[in-house]
Amino acid sequence: MKLPEKQITIISGHYGTGKTEFAVNLAFAMARDGRKTALADLDIVNPYFRSYERSRELECEGITVYVTSNFGKADIPALPPDIMAIFANRQQQSIIDLGGDPVGARLLGYYQPQLDRIDFDFWFVINQNRVENGTIDKVRRYLQLTEAASKQQITGIVNNTHLGEETTVDVILSGDEFAANVAKAINLPLIYTVAERKFEEELKGRLNGSFFPIDRYMTKPWELGDHEGGLFAWQKEG
Amino acid sequence: MAKELWKGNEAIAEAAIRAGCRCYFGYPITPQSEIPEYMSLHMPKAGGIFLQSESEIAAINMVYGAAGAGARVMTSSSSPGISLKQEGISYMCGAELPGVIVNVMRGGPGLGTIQPAQGDYFQATRGGGNGDYRLIVFAPANIQEVVDLMQEAFELADRYRMPVMMLLDGMIGQMMEPIEWKKPPVSPDDLPKKSWATTGTKGEREPNIINSLFISPEACNAHNHRLEDKYRRVIANEQRYETNDTDGAKIIFVAYGTPARLARAAAGILEKEGIKAGVFRPITVWPYPYEALHQVAAQESVKAVVTVEMSTGQMVDDVRIGVNGVKPVSFVGQAGGVVPTPREVANAALKALGR
Repeated sequence: MKLPEKQITIISGHYGTGKTEFAVNLAFAMARDGRKTALADLDIVNPYFRSYERSRELECEGITVYVTSNFGKADIPALPPDIMAIFANRQQQSIIDLGGDPVGARLLGYYQPQLDRIDFDFWFVINQNRVENGTIDKVRRYLQLTEAASKQQITGIVNNTHLGEETTVDVILSGDEFAANVAKAINLPLIYTVAERKFEEELKGRLNGSFFPIDRYMTKPWELGDHEGGLFAWQKEG
Repeated sequence: MAKELWKGNEAIAEAAIRAGCRCYFGYPITPQSEIPEYMSLHMPKAGGIFLQSESEIAAINMVYGAAGAGARVMTSSSSPGISLKQEGISYMCGAELPGVIVNVMRGGPGLGTIQPAQGDYFQATRGGGNGDYRLIVFAPANIQEVVDLMQEAFELADRYRMPVMMLLDGMIGQMMEPIEWKKPPVSPDDLPKKSWATTGTKGEREPNIINSLFISPEACNAHNHRLEDKYRRVIANEQRYETNDTDGAKIIFVAYGTPARLARAAAGILEKEGIKAGVFRPITVWPYPYEALHQVAAQESVKAVVTVEMSTGQMVDDVRIGVNGVKPVSFVGQAGGVVPTPREVANAALKALGR
């Protein structure tokens, strides 16, 4: 698995594809590779299950986190001025977690002057089990809407086909096959096939995409197990 | 059929369309805005009407009008928006109009927060509007259950000529889960005809009248007793609940929606500590399954009943009515958008056992 080489990696995709889970895991992977890493949660669409909810864990590993508006928790899509640092700081690699539809992607238009001057990738996350992603034509159309709204070209496909807790090896393999066909049809590279780490052995040598192992950070509150804090921990800290 | 991954709010909207709903009136508010958004795209494709009203008050009165004309109709909102709809809901109950109202609850009171909460339990089960009225209130705890109950919600609304509320916390609306569409879609053309609806007499019958105004006290009293009889039939026939591992349990958690899932997780923690805990989950919070709860709580093995809510304690009143003093009832909860942790819930059970 090769980690991003460019200064900025923008991540988009319909909500439910797991783009946020991927974004958080990518940030951890980059930081653990010894890179100075930042994650900008610029999702102006989703109120819950946002990457900033993992701020504490991310910051513990030296990752800088930027969030929309003062709190992130309000449905006010105000952009933080300090986010400009990710464009200016060439010593740091940054991930932008965009909102899960073309409305969310529109926000990139605002940063076009900055993006024009730097090297970046724009990855589109797909999940075959989301109806909006179920066919090649549906992915193509969604991708085109995202490109039109963001005024940027998508540069790669990330396959994160899953069924939540009911994900199986067959689900992942089916998604990987589908993503390879999508990538070929729309002439874009398939960057990764993403799946939980526990599937690594079973998937070895069977994937079209480069395997990107993830751990689940975006858990639901009842999936916390016997831990205090965790999801929504920030709420208790005020 | 293959499973698909759906967001709760989208699944509600799609399930309503599949249940033959062809009129949706609403106004966006977090955390339920995906419902009107989905409806705006898909309701016209299904040949139905989507209308973003100028306010929640307008939306509920559009529901009143469409229901009066015999349409299968729904609206949705979140806590502050549902407060605005209370007058219309009371009028619908008075005029005996069917319809489905979805409340994806957020923190309150007032504007509160956009994070998940359950502070609208009293409003949903005791009536936020005026007069002696009731709503059938479904409280699903997962997205499969949300879509399975949606068709039933419309059917019960029509059968009893009364509004049905789907009471969800924001977590259920915002999360993703795999589901399958078990029931075939309903065509509005195949629904039973509503002989009482105001569809035009065409000169062939006496006019139907949709009204909640009964000026004579005797007539209004008779109307109230007629409604009371109806509500008694609902209480007798429509209680729904689920039990998990309650047989021979020492602790009974009682919870609906997201806290029911937290309670299941807490029961798992307690099991590791050698304490058997079960979960009683009302699926209808009105009519409340008092008798079923009483029987579970009255088991000899049960030492304590612990109510879990994302509020400062509302359903716990119904739990006390059901348990009726046979066992101690305690409460654990957080409000305003904070979700209790499974450990916090387990600790409340330990405290109830005096540990």
